[in-house]
Amino acid sequence: MAGNLLKETFPDAVQKIEDFRGETSVTVDAGKIREIMAFLKESEKLCYDLLLDLAGVDFNDCTPRFMIAYMLHSTKFNNKLRIKTTVAEGASLDTVSDIWLAANWMEREVFDMLGIIFNKHPNLIRILLTDDFVGHPLRKDFPVKGRDFDKPVQVCLEEEQ
Amino acid sequence: MGVEATAAASLQEVINWARKNSVWPVTFGLACCALEMMVASSSTYDIARFGAEVFRPSPRQADLMIVAGTVTRKMAPMLKRIYEQMPEPKWVIAYGACACSGGIFQTYNVVQGVDQIIPVDVYVPGCPPRPEGLLKGIITLQEKIAVEPAGQRNLVSLPWGNNG
Amino acid sequence: MTESRYMTINMGPQHPATHGVLRLLLELDGEIIVKAEPHIGYLHRGIEKLSESMTYPQALTLTDRLDYTSALSNNLAYCLAVEKLLDIKIPKRAQYLRVLMAELQRISAHLLWVATHALDLGAMTLLFYAFRERETITEILELATGARLTPSFIRIGGLASDIPDTFLPRVKAFVDDFPKRVDDYETLLTENIIWKKRTTNIASMSAEECIQYGITGPVLRASGISYDVRKAYPYSSYEDFDFEIPLGIHGDVYDRYLVRLKEMRQSNRIVQQAAEKLPNGPFAAVDAPLVVPPSKESVGRDIAALIRHFKIMEEGFRPPCGEVYASIESSKGELGFYLISDGTNKPFRMRIRPPSFINLAALPKMIVGQMVADVVAAIGSIDIVLGEIDR
Ligand code: SF4
Repeated sequence: MAGNLLKETFPDAVQKIEDFRGETSVTVDAGKIREIMAFLKESEKLCYDLLLDLAGVDFNDCTPRFMIAYMLHSTKFNNKLRIKTTVAEGASLDTVSDIWLAANWMEREVFDMLGIIFNKHPNLIRILLTDDFVGHPLRKDFPVKGRDFDKPVQVCLEEEQ
Repeated sequence: MGVEATAAASLQEVINWARKNSVWPVTFGLACCALEMMVASSSTYDIARFGAEVFRPSPRQADLMIVAGTVTRKMAPMLKRIYEQMPEPKWVIAYGACACSGGIFQTYNVVQGVDQIIPVDVYVPGCPPRPEGLLKGIITLQEKIAVEPAGQRNLVSLPWGNNG
Repeated sequence: MTESRYMTINMGPQHPATHGVLRLLLELDGEIIVKAEPHIGYLHRGIEKLSESMTYPQALTLTDRLDYTSALSNNLAYCLAVEKLLDIKIPKRAQYLRVLMAELQRISAHLLWVATHALDLGAMTLLFYAFRERETITEILELATGARLTPSFIRIGGLASDIPDTFLPRVKAFVDDFPKRVDDYETLLTENIIWKKRTTNIASMSAEECIQYGITGPVLRASGISYDVRKAYPYSSYEDFDFEIPLGIHGDVYDRYLVRLKEMRQSNRIVQQAAEKLPNGPFAAVDAPLVVPPSKESVGRDIAALIRHFKIMEEGFRPPCGEVYASIESSKGELGFYLISDGTNKPFRMRIRPPSFINLAALPKMIVGQMVADVVAAIGSIDIVLGEIDR
C-alpha cells in the first residue's frame, strides 16, 4: 500500500518494489530521497514518523557500489517500510537528519564505517573510530584484522612526546 | 646473615604483609567482564574478605588495576594514562580473555592483550571468568606480593613523583 | 554587562557513573550545562565486520557480547532474523522457553539498572538487595544454559538443549517470591523524598521529541507512547500471554524509573504464565535438518547424523538470497537485526540496530539547561550499555 502510494506520487523516482518474507522494500532514486522521506513522514495516509534504523551496505563489485537502507515505522498505523537507495563510490547523498534528528548519529556512523558523505549534515565526523583512523572498516576491501594487526600496539601519551 | 640483613628481611615481610592484605582496586570496567567484577564485589562473593573491596574511582588512591573487558585502540591511551597515574607499588590483573589476549575479537580496533601496553601480574582467562576466578586471581596476586624481594618496589612513593 | 565565561569539563571515559566507557564533554555556565557532547567508540570491537567472516551459527556468539546485561535477548533477536531468512517454524515449547528466558533476562537487566542507577544517585542499599535477586536469576539461567553471562543458548532453529527437571521448580519459586522483592525496592525509593527530588522533572522528554530522536523502549514509554515490539509485532508467541505495557506521563527520570519497576512486575507475570503453560514437545525445529544439528545420541549411533552434525558445525548452512529485518523488545528498546544474505554460509551484512546507541543520541537534548549533578541521573535513566552502543 505504501509502495503503491509512493509510486503514484513519485512515478519517476520509484525504481523497484520488493516483497520478501512479508517485508516491503522500495528502491528509490538517491536524488529524490529528501522529498520522499518528507512525504512519508508528513503524509496523513502513511505517517511514518519513527526512523528505526539507517544501514549502509557495501556491494563491492556492483555499480553503484553502496546501498543505504532506511527502516521506517508508523506509530499511528503500526507498520514498517524499508526505503533503499544506492550511492556510487565518491558520490554523496542528502542528509535526512533535519527530518528525523535520529538520523544524525546514524549517518555519522555510516560515514565512519563506509565513507559515504552526507550533504549538509551538521556534524559529519567520525563517531566510533579515532579521528586518525585510516580507511572505512565496513567496506568489503578492508581486512577484518585491519592493516597492522600483527604489529605491537604503540601507545604514546602526550606528556611523553 | 647479619642482624641488619635479617631485620631488613623481616621489615620487608611486614611491608609485604601489609600490602597484600589491602590491595585497593581502581574501578576499570570496560565491557562484559566488568559485570562479573561487580558481582564479585557485591554480597554473594564479597571480595571484601580479601581486603580488596574499596574500589577507588581515582587512580591516585589505588594499588591494583583490574582490567575487566576489551581494550580497544581508542581506549588504549586512557588505560595507559590511568596506569601511569597510579602510585607505586601497583599491580595489574588482566581479567577475561579479551584483556589477556584479545579474546574472540581479532579485529582492526581491538588491542590483542593488555600486556602490549602495560605489564600484567596475573592473568584470569575466561569469557567471562566466573567471579570466583577473580577471587582466585586476587589470592594469586597476594601470594605473589608476599614473596616480593626487598628493593623490587619503592618503599615510599610520592604521588606527584615521576612514577606517580 | 558581565560576560559569562563557560567552563569545559570532561567526564569519562573512565568515570564510575558513565556505566562503561562513555565520555562526555560538558560546557558549563556555573552549574548549568550549556552544551554537551557524548563521545563514544571506546569499546568499538568491530562486531558487524567480524560477523561477515563467520558462519551464521558462529556469529551467534558475538551477539551475546552486544548488550551483555541481557545476552539471551540478543540471541533471540539474531535467531529470529536468521529464522525469518530461512523461513522455518519453531515448535511451541521452544518459543515459550525463549519467552521465559528473555523475560528473566529483562528482569535481571532491569535489576542491574535499578541497582546502579540508585547507586549513582547515592542510594547504595538497593544495590545489595537487587544483586541478590539478580544472582538468583543468573543461577537459574546457569542451571539451564551452563553459563552465567554469555550463554548463547537460544540457537537458530530452537534452543541448544532442553531444560533440566530442576529448572521449572526454581523458576516458580523465584516468580512467587519476586513481587514482594519489588515491593521492598519500592519502599526504599518510590516515596523517598531525596530520590524524588533528584529525579522528578529531570531530563524530561516529550512524546514528540522522543519520536524525533527515534527513542524506543522504557524511555519512550515513560513519555506516554505505547510502542512495544512485543505488542506491535508479536514474535515468539507473545500474543499468547497476558501482560500490560506500563506507561509514564511526564517522561522524566522518575517516570522512567516507575515504568521499569512496573515492567519487572509484568515480566514476572509473563514468566509465570510461560512456566505454567509450557507445552511438551521438541525444543528445536524438527523439519529443518540442514539447520538444527542432530541430537547427541543419534550422532553416537548413526554415521549419517555424525556427518550432518559435522557439516552444520563446520560449514553452517546457506539461506536463500534476500534481506530481512527482525526486531525484539530488549530491556533497552527495540533491538533489530538487519541481515542480508547473498546465498553463502556467511552473512553478507549484519546490521544491528542498537537501542542504546539511538537513545544516547538524545542525551544532549535531555541535559542542556540542567544542573551538572543531574547528568548522572540522565545517563542512568537511559540505561545504556556500551557494548551495544559501540559494537
Ligand atoms: S572476555 Fe568475553 S566476557 Fe570478557 S569482555 Fe571479552 S568478550 Fe566480554
